[in-house]
Amino acid sequence: MVETNEPRVLQKSDGLVLTGAWTLAQHGVLKRLLAATPAPDADVSLEAITELDTAGATLLGNWLGVERLGELVQQQNLTPERRALLETLVKAMGRPQPEPPPEPGRITQMLEFLGRNTQSLGQKWWLQSGFIGLVLQATLGIMFRPARWRLTALVNQIHQTGFNAVPIVALLTFLVGAVVAFLGATVLSEFGAEIYTVNLVAYSFLREFGVLLTAILLAGRTASAFTAQIGSMKANEELDALRTLGLNPIELLVIPRVLALMLTLPLLTFVAIISGLTGGALVSLVSLGIPLDQYLGILADVELRHYLVGLAKAPMFAFVVATIGCLEGFKVSGSAESVGRHTTSSVVQSIFMVILLDALAAMFCMEMGW
Amino acid sequence: MSRTSIIEVRGLCNRFGRNSVHEDLDLDLYRGEILGVVGGSGTGKSVLLRSIVGLNRPVAGEVRLFGQNLLALPAAERSRLEQRLGVLFQGGALFSSLTVRENVALPLIEHAGLSRRDAEELAEVKLALSGLAPHAGDLYPASLSGGMVKRVSLARALALDPDVVFLDEPTAGLDPIGAAAFDQLILTLRNALGLTVFMVTHDLDSLWTACDRIAVLSQKRVLVADEPAKVAQYDDPWIRDYFNGPRGRAAYQAVQES
Repeated sequence: MVETNEPRVLQKSDGLVLTGAWTLAQHGVLKRLLAATPAPDADVSLEAITELDTAGATLLGNWLGVERLGELVQQQNLTPERRALLETLVKAMGRPQPEPPPEPGRITQMLEFLGRNTQSLGQKWWLQSGFIGLVLQATLGIMFRPARWRLTALVNQIHQTGFNAVPIVALLTFLVGAVVAFLGATVLSEFGAEIYTVNLVAYSFLREFGVLLTAILLAGRTASAFTAQIGSMKANEELDALRTLGLNPIELLVIPRVLALMLTLPLLTFVAIISGLTGGALVSLVSLGIPLDQYLGILADVELRHYLVGLAKAPMFAFVVATIGCLEGFKVSGSAESVGRHTTSSVVQSIFMVILLDALAAMFCMEMGW
Repeated sequence: MSRTSIIEVRGLCNRFGRNSVHEDLDLDLYRGEILGVVGGSGTGKSVLLRSIVGLNRPVAGEVRLFGQNLLALPAAERSRLEQRLGVLFQGGALFSSLTVRENVALPLIEHAGLSRRDAEELAEVKLALSGLAPHAGDLYPASLSGGMVKRVSLARALALDPDVVFLDEPTAGLDPIGAAAFDQLILTLRNALGLTVFMVTHDLDSLWTACDRIAVLSQKRVLVADEPAKVAQYDDPWIRDYFNGPRGRAAYQAVQES
């Protein structure tokens, strides 16, 4: 059986005779066979082909030329099914194929890449500012109309973004607190100043790490969730449905999320600071032998303003993380793949913005002597 | 028509929780025919399709494809059998991260071992066969219209030259002209490629113009499976309402006139 199924081009006295199975399974064999046989001017008989499918017929069409194949089909004695197959295929292949556009040069491509990225970066900032404006406007619009406050949505968001995030925030900052204390102990012991480890942990957590770690965690945990939630609604045309019902998606979806995050991030920052200091206390006790009352005594000497500087940044970070997360959701277009792309983008952008703002705030506070 | 049965469903039972969808359902699909499957909403038309192609494991009963039970086969043989099936899903189920041409070329690259260039060339022919405009190959599924999604999905279902094609509501959401063209396309392809077609549909025009037989799902089983004219005469209240309602009569008259 195998031998008869092998596709062949046989040279007969009155032209070429094709035999065997011209199917997808034989694609490789056929391709080699046809490359070795120049397209003939002589007569070609298709009648002896045992099996034929679209793949084989396509190869035939490419080899003989579509018009020639069409003529052959008319002339020869084929079964009705095979004739129908070849005719359908000849018709499909006979359409003019569009010319591919010319490939641009390398320098042109580089310039195009640069231009596109610059433009999209500018557009991103423009959109972001516009969106912040919209959110502020909508917030002002409902501020003095308590009937339009969506308390249920707000509480639900606080539950999801705040309460549910407590364990992970506490655990992570506890570990970082312990690590900072270890580092301090190692470096400061060379100067015999181990006791300052406590100050190191206290200053770093009150001013920077408490709020920064929390904001970064929420950027990963919450900004992505906002983008995915709003983005899948967008992909499903739910946002359009809201608009046609005369509802404002910003008021309905964005404001509860932004407010919830602005309320929960300071609270979570407090949790983070406490658990970071706890981690530091544990390491101080175990590896430096500083008892708890002495640790607390040193803490009590740290000025309150450090705590306030740290806490003041929290609502700002929350606003940035929440608006980026929501805006990326609104940017989703069409497919589920787009939801994924924008979710990634929202996490990257919000982490970047949090760290950038934190650096700017640190410089500002230093200059102000706070 | 020689009546070789290539799909046999015997005693199929499907339950979801307490909700029983199929009880002791029997159905045959014969080589070369176009079988239309109809039934009210929630009678398990799509579940039946999913059970046949092996996406849904039935609670009891057996589905034999080409004489073999798909779910009982080892993975490699199952894959080989699955390559003889093509499925057009209701929503298209096109891979959104691939272009139209890549969607069709994917099974050719993976299963037929074609090079990327050959596969895309062949994909272009399949797209042309499905009646798609030449420039559509470079588009992503998100930018296609409903009719184009159906055509691309059909092209992908036909990629490996399958023996059986399953169509889940192929004309739903198309305008009447597009739907009629799609019916003709399926008929042409069936005649040209010798396909066997299993078509879930609500479109009465499709049933009359394209289908050789109609199977009616009702009361958790196949109530009747026969030629359209005989099914329309069957004595059952649902079938009477279905075929003799205003839409059913209009579709029948249209077929008679043409």
